[in-house]
Amino acid sequence: MKHSEDTLLLANLSRRSVLKGLAGSTAFLLAARWDLAFASEKAQFGAGAMPGGWVDNPNVFIHIDNSGLLTIINNRAEMGQGIRTSMVMVAADELGADWDRVKVQQAEANQEKYGNQNTDGSRSMRHWYQPMRRAAAAARMMLEQAAAKQWGVPVPEVHTGIHKVIHKTSGRELGFGELAETARSLDVPGRDALFIKPDNELRYIGKESGWINGKLSSAHPKAIDGEDIVTGKAVYGADIDFDDTLYAVVARPPVYGAKVKSVDDSAALKVPGVKKVLRIEGSGQPAAFNPLGGVAVVATNTWAAMEGRKALKIKWDNSAAGENAKYSSEAYRQSLEKVAKSPGSVIRQTGDIDAALKTAKKRISATYYMPHMAHATMEPPAAVVRFKEGKAEAWAPVQHPRATREGIAGVLGLDKEQVTVHQTLLGGGFGRKSKPDFVLEAAQLAKSFEGQPVKLQWSREDDIQHDYYHAVSVDYLEAGLDDEGKATAWLHRTLSPSIGSLFAPDPKHKGEFELGMGFNTMPFSIPTISLENPPAPAHVRIGWFRSVYNLPHAWAIQSFAHELAVAAGKDHRDYLLELLGPARQMHNLTVGDGWNYGEDPDLYPIDVARMRRVIELATDKAGWGRKTAKGRGLGLAFHHSFVSYTAIVFDVEVDSDGQLTIHRADIAFDCGPQANPERIRSQMEGSCVMGIGIALQNEVSFKNGVAQQDNFDSYLIPRMTDAPKVVHVHLVDNPKDAMGGVGEPGLPPVAPALCNAIYAATGKRIRKLPVGDQLKA
Amino acid sequence: MIKLTINGEKHELDVPDNMPLLWALRDVIGMKGTKFGCGIAQCGACTVHMNGTAIRSCVTPVSAVSGEITTIEAMSEDPVGKKVQQAWLDLGVAQCGYCQGGQIMNATALLKKTPQPETQEIIDAMAGNLCRCGTYNRILAAVERAAGKEATS
Repeated sequence: MKHSEDTLLLANLSRRSVLKGLAGSTAFLLAARWDLAFASEKAQFGAGAMPGGWVDNPNVFIHIDNSGLLTIINNRAEMGQGIRTSMVMVAADELGADWDRVKVQQAEANQEKYGNQNTDGSRSMRHWYQPMRRAAAAARMMLEQAAAKQWGVPVPEVHTGIHKVIHKTSGRELGFGELAETARSLDVPGRDALFIKPDNELRYIGKESGWINGKLSSAHPKAIDGEDIVTGKAVYGADIDFDDTLYAVVARPPVYGAKVKSVDDSAALKVPGVKKVLRIEGSGQPAAFNPLGGVAVVATNTWAAMEGRKALKIKWDNSAAGENAKYSSEAYRQSLEKVAKSPGSVIRQTGDIDAALKTAKKRISATYYMPHMAHATMEPPAAVVRFKEGKAEAWAPVQHPRATREGIAGVLGLDKEQVTVHQTLLGGGFGRKSKPDFVLEAAQLAKSFEGQPVKLQWSREDDIQHDYYHAVSVDYLEAGLDDEGKATAWLHRTLSPSIGSLFAPDPKHKGEFELGMGFNTMPFSIPTISLENPPAPAHVRIGWFRSVYNLPHAWAIQSFAHELAVAAGKDHRDYLLELLGPARQMHNLTVGDGWNYGEDPDLYPIDVARMRRVIELATDKAGWGRKTAKGRGLGLAFHHSFVSYTAIVFDVEVDSDGQLTIHRADIAFDCGPQANPERIRSQMEGSCVMGIGIALQNEVSFKNGVAQQDNFDSYLIPRMTDAPKVVHVHLVDNPKDAMGGVGEPGLPPVAPALCNAIYAATGKRIRKLPVGDQLKA
Repeated sequence: MIKLTINGEKHELDVPDNMPLLWALRDVIGMKGTKFGCGIAQCGACTVHMNGTAIRSCVTPVSAVSGEITTIEAMSEDPVGKKVQQAWLDLGVAQCGYCQGGQIMNATALLKKTPQPETQEIIDAMAGNLCRCGTYNRILAAVERAAGKEATS
């Protein structure tokens, strides 16, 4: 559509008052949850509080050509969550589009035009569902107006069918394509005038379809990229190529912060195909999104570049790396465990913890460890950048297009308007591709080869040895129980290097958003509580990893709650429900969390009723309480994260050789309203398998600052043989609450639930991850 | 000159003997459906068929290639491959999709050799193909569906 962005007529009235005014009107059919969404647009919360905010102008996102082909612009990274399908579904449903005449086009990096594009925090649908429905509703109304105008009839006499507008009384119809031109000349209706479809007219949104718990229930709308994926046509970062592409790999300092002392490239330059060897500048510490530095080998193909790199003789200077060069995981774990014995910064406290522990009938304590983990996206980082005539163009699988665009502009000394970033499909993201360091490496090289596209490829070894690792953690917990086994005191000290160390001098303490990931929001109803955060320094790049600090917090809290149930001699489910106490809603500020995932606490309270419900649902579906054979047991855990609620029960068996079989997983999930249940299920299934890897296998350990794992033969991730034999996902039907996240909240409870099941099966308590061969002993 | 037959088409390449088939396909011939995942035959993203058998193109030097190479780009023309692809679509297997070409190549090779595999045979055969999104349960169900077996879980 040719309208400029400002053609959208904004209502001057506050949306609250508009909605109040509409409440008694029958002309506007607004779903109850629509009201919630407008409230969430208060600038301090939700999508409106994100950099760039939201955009709901149909001219930005919705294009219909004269043949009727509908193109939806998708502004979020597609990394496997299915957002390109789900977002298009939302728009197509509201618009009344025929699924076979819809396609998607990926937005370029342009926050000013498309609003926030940073795809992380399980926010895509939560923040864009409402703007996308409004944009589509506006477009549909414009098509209806166009039809009414063409027929010379009042607008209320026409309505939208499937990909067409119908005049009931005369039986006339016009297709979207036939109306497109007229519609384009119309003003976009104001938000206060939008007519949003009632739920009973929806065909896709919230509808179950596809593969449900082992059965194909019904056909599902074709996945947007499905056909391309199964035929090998889907385009990821490394799949971009031009006739004159140069291919590059980089040798990076093995220790974070180290520099190149000297390089002998004579042998590398003799490798057939190698064109040039040159330095990559690193920013030193903190690294932020900048390259680590090192030596690049540029060649006529990727293989030659890799062979050339093997032939480099580099001496590294560790002096700038400081303490990082002494970083060894085993010693570090011991040091954190020692620090955890003393009080740390108090994050939340009720009552006198020392006194309560002293007077308790029984005292239980435990220390839990989770190692560094690498994201290990199946697609290693790769990017193509071309710098030509004062402009740069990049093709990259990035979660954070704005940071990528601005980063490239910084490297090349350009205004960001001179930089175009094309976002390809991501072969997995999990937080790794929120950091565009690999694109900035390509940009540095593009500067040296002006006019030619440079493709920068990370090998798997690069990926595992130079990741932005998930933070290593030690969590110390101590509790006091009374005569009846009821918890009267709860002490939790959490220690992890902070992601803050990536951007500023190492704070050594977790930041608000890190603590807010299930630590200070611990929901148990216990009279005396002390939550503390002793210091832990960072010695490698620490970064977001799917679910982030929810992983160690859920692992420690959910394991420890089970330990208390065992000590109290009570059933784990009953005990958890007792720990939670009665159904109630808590305001995040009352538990010392000022973050709440950026969401309005009125819309997104911490809801104990929803926690209880997922626990009850998962345990009921799993047949909790049934007798199990020797060596077999059920384990439970739940967690609240990204404003959604998950509980999981595992049914496992461990044989006399310590061989673990996961018979079944039952996952109960409540994210409030569901846009595309089919993809929600797939996210839960995938989280389950990824979480099994966290429990059983994932570990990157360091020795003198160097990662000791480098590929899938040493950094293990789950294979089909490790997957549960059966995974059932039970979605809570809950249209009344505000929409929660989906991509991440399935992951945190997996590892503790699995380890609790292992305990139930064997009596062996796992406190140090990964399980590895601990069951063999 | 290295001579290769890929999806029925003949190619002559001026590349070193030790260049893995993966990079010849991707960077020299320009076929991007075969993916790089690990370079050491641990993940299966680079799986192609050599005379109908699944091989790892990342560790197969072009000089070791003898006979017909088939890649994911040609699977729609293969009756078994086509069935496997359709099962993948029916069950919504793919998440990010990066590994799925390799998964489909491996599954197709299995079904060509063993049209009616037992569940455990499928698991064993597919265990070499990694999927970080964790789509294994749907992959298993899709292979069974392509084999004409009703899902059991």
